[in-house]
Amino acid sequence: MAQTLSETQTASSTKMRLGQILVFALVLSLLALVAFQMRRNGPLAAGPVGAGEKAPDFSLTTFDGQPYKLSELRGKVVVVNFWASWCIPCEQEAPALENAWRHYKDKDVVFIGVDYVDTETEARAFMKRFDVTYPNGPDLGTAISQAYRIKGVPETYFVDKTGTLAFVKVGPFLDQSELMGVIEPLLNK
Amino acid sequence: MLKKILFCLILLALAAPLARTADAQDATPVCVGAGCVHDDDVNRVAKKLFCPVCENVPLDVCPTQACIQWRATIREKLEAGWSEQQILDYFAQQYGERVLAQPSTRGINILVWVIPPVAVLGGAVAVWYFLRQMTRARPAPPGAPEGGPEPAEAGPSPAAADKYAAQLEQELERRR
Repeated sequence: MAQTLSETQTASSTKMRLGQILVFALVLSLLALVAFQMRRNGPLAAGPVGAGEKAPDFSLTTFDGQPYKLSELRGKVVVVNFWASWCIPCEQEAPALENAWRHYKDKDVVFIGVDYVDTETEARAFMKRFDVTYPNGPDLGTAISQAYRIKGVPETYFVDKTGTLAFVKVGPFLDQSELMGVIEPLLNK
Repeated sequence: MLKKILFCLILLALAAPLARTADAQDATPVCVGAGCVHDDDVNRVAKKLFCPVCENVPLDVCPTQACIQWRATIREKLEAGWSEQQILDYFAQQYGERVLAQPSTRGINILVWVIPPVAVLGGAVAVWYFLRQMTRARPAPPGAPEGGPEPAEAGPSPAAADKYAAQLEQELERRR
């Protein structure tokens, strides 16, 4: 009888251990799946992208259908400005950005406007109102803003000729000279 | 004098329908027809979306400019004859799947739908198994024969029950 009881206990213990292994394997495979998906979606690091880091690459198609890829703009200073038509501070800096672009457009400087969480109708109206002529396009699926981990708009990222982030401005530029003060040293580097 | 009053009353009576017409023109025109989109239609779709700018506020009650624009876009799409699902797909493609109130069943999002019921089911099985083990492990009451019925089924023996019944009777007799 004692032997039978012992056998039953052993069988029960084996079952329990098998269950534990199964649950553990299930949790582990779930974690692996989530990690794989996160790696595929982008960098795992948290916090804002800062100066000195490699600028996350992105592709953007402008409202006029012109494609741009950051990695193809090596050798040029790239100014990436995140904005939206509903953003009041973006209205404040729009003239300064446009004036700076007109000043640098024949030099090795590219301005790219990334329209964040906006509607195309309103974005086009905004661009018309402020006579914005530099390339602008929608942030489809908010992929670019997620890669740069922006906290809001406006935010402007300055990428040097080697593709490294040189400066990050959170908030609006007050005037053109403030913008030029950042671009000039990068252009002469 | 009476004639004048009568004349005024007739004038008023004639002017009344005109005044009512003017009232009707001031009010919001009533929308009728197949292409008509009401606020309720827009809000029905908006309720299923969340603007990333103002997180945790459904689009139908979000007061920001961005949300007002989004609702205008929903209205435009509905007027163009888009279905609710087409509009939701459009927003997910434009602004990412995180704007959807209900995650889609595509890709890794399927886990959001699968894990909770599996976890609840697994938990229920675990609790059932644990309770079963506990019940089995309970020691047999003193005097119960070895290998007898399950402890849960084993009640007091008739002799013990008689003993307790007699004691109870005695106690009750003493109190009378």
